[in-house]
Amino acid sequence: MTDQSMLERPTLGTAIQRFLSRRASWVPFFAALLILVLMFAGAQAYFGNFLTPRVISSLLLDNAYLLILAVGMTFVILTGGIDLSVGAVMAFTGMLGASMLRDGVPAPVVVPVMLVLGASMGLGVGVLVQYFDVQPFIASLAAMFAARGLAFMVSLASIRVDDAGILWLQSTRIQAAPGSWFITPTGIIAILVVVAGALVLAYTRFGRTIYAIGGNEQSARLMGLPVVRTKLLAYVVSGLCAGLAGVVFTAYTGASYPLNGIGTELDTIAAVVIGGTLLTGGSGFVLGSMIGVFVYGTIKTAISFLGAEQSWTRITIGGLLLLFVVVQRLIVARSRRR
Amino acid sequence: MMNVLRHRLFWPIAALLVLVIVNTVARPSFIAVTVQGGQLYGPLIDILRNSAPLMLVALGMTIVIATRGIDLSVGAIMAVSGAVALTIIEGSPDPDGMGTVLIAIVTGVLVAFVLGLWNGFLVSVIGIQPIIATLVLMLAGRGIALLITGGFITTINSDPYRFIAQGYVFGLPFALYVSLAAVAIVALIERRTALGMLTEAVGINPEASRLAGVRSRGIIWAAYAVSGLLAGLAGILYSSNIMAADANAAGLYIELDAILAVVLGGTSLMGGKFSLAGTVVGVFTIQTLKSTITFLGVPPAVSPLFLAIVVVIVVLVQSPRLRGWVARSTRWRVRPAASRDTEGSEVAPS
Repeated sequence: MTDQSMLERPTLGTAIQRFLSRRASWVPFFAALLILVLMFAGAQAYFGNFLTPRVISSLLLDNAYLLILAVGMTFVILTGGIDLSVGAVMAFTGMLGASMLRDGVPAPVVVPVMLVLGASMGLGVGVLVQYFDVQPFIASLAAMFAARGLAFMVSLASIRVDDAGILWLQSTRIQAAPGSWFITPTGIIAILVVVAGALVLAYTRFGRTIYAIGGNEQSARLMGLPVVRTKLLAYVVSGLCAGLAGVVFTAYTGASYPLNGIGTELDTIAAVVIGGTLLTGGSGFVLGSMIGVFVYGTIKTAISFLGAEQSWTRITIGGLLLLFVVVQRLIVARSRRR
Repeated sequence: MMNVLRHRLFWPIAALLVLVIVNTVARPSFIAVTVQGGQLYGPLIDILRNSAPLMLVALGMTIVIATRGIDLSVGAIMAVSGAVALTIIEGSPDPDGMGTVLIAIVTGVLVAFVLGLWNGFLVSVIGIQPIIATLVLMLAGRGIALLITGGFITTINSDPYRFIAQGYVFGLPFALYVSLAAVAIVALIERRTALGMLTEAVGINPEASRLAGVRSRGIIWAAYAVSGLLAGLAGILYSSNIMAADANAAGLYIELDAILAVVLGGTSLMGGKFSLAGTVVGVFTIQTLKSTITFLGVPPAVSPLFLAIVVVIVVLVQSPRLRGWVARSTRWRVRPAASRDTEGSEVAPS
């Protein structure tokens, strides 16, 4: 097939075809990007004032926590696992952090504690999965229950956060001129996490091992790759991201509430899948998850622009998820046939 | 004696008995059953009555898990069926009429059945992973329920409808009869026909059972449809208990409770062999545990922590590695995961 297309004069069609056949794992990513662009264009045509710097900037601001969670989730899903605990861990670290701040513990101590807490919850899930052969679904479910209960144990009511350092993350707007593009420190953190996640997955031994495990765990083990350590680390990364998301979300809302982030794990999984990561593992990109989060955020924003009920967000996300899963299914079926 | 210990229902039943004994020691009124006006009351009766929705959902979940699947959408389906039924009753001129209530129930359950068919279609025909296929409806279902109720919590007054969850027949709650009937029907169909064996065959190895002439597609499809149907009934029971359709709260986290009940009952999430009796025991265990947590004065919001502890204990007890340690096997270094993985890869169609 490649010989023939090399002999032919390279037209645009064959070029695209060759690109798609060589980079099949990027196809869902571009599909997501296409959907995002179409949604932007459609919203702009419909509302007329959608594609403004303010709206696009707040897209990143409002979904910074989801973006961070999605990066961690991508690591876990790439290994073929799943982490249902991220929303609850985010709520728990947020609650504990807020209560420590209330008791006068300085922020430079609180934030590392929150991160370590998230990472250790991830480690717990990883140990259950890896050493005790518990299915990721059940292990992370237990972590989700535990974190949610612990969050309520910290306090049943919401805790206000007055710490200037934490609030600074959200309230500072780095902006050239009033009304133009802006970015907050939380947005910068989220972008940094995406960049770090993408680099780690693409260029480090750890990242490549994750892809190898997702492709075929048995083969990865036979190749002598450190399967156990890598899978453990993937859950730790996800827990760490959940802890960081706890910091960002606390800054975003200026308070912590134990019911924060209910259903967030599903939004995160949906964003990752829409971004083109295969749930069977082994194929997907952090950048795709970012696109997935933006698709999610755009739907939410468009629905609030419409003034329609927010219940449509979940329906639309459900529909999009279905569409992407079917597309993935077709791609997998095609690559099997070859 | 060893035979009793080895029976696969031994540990689930032991756990339930321990819970009941601990409760009885802590508060002797726990096993007290009082009779008022020919009706039985007491904590045990409450547990039997309140476990009905979970029982229905867990039954369906058992069948789905036996086919190597999972149904995350049951909570959302409960919300939809409750919303449909209550909207019909609310809109009718005669909310107390038997006919109205029957139509409402049948419509609600039928809608749930159709949603179950949809799940089954995605899994068995399109071939999407069960977690994701049902996640779609889990996400969208509550939105649909909110649309049906118009974003409000629909409340109604209808005596026949109230009877379903709160009424008494022969001194026992009507809801208990519903869940017992469901258990009996499912057990009859699965265990007195070949269907149960075929379901296990599909769960153990879908490809091999297909080659052996089992219509695995139809069996998987039917499992999800039944799960949807039972979830719909559970939604009716739930909404009848509070006489309101709350699209956000109805059946919240029930899918997790149901999965937990199935696992507690000894059915593996890997599919294959399933135990309906185990699921029944698991449901009662979870309901007793919840009642215990409430009794201990723990805020209900903290109760997930206890569930988590129970889950971890249960999965650790089931874990081959821990069993190996306990048995002081010298060969505990042999990775059990490796053998399971080989089995898994053989299943994948080439």
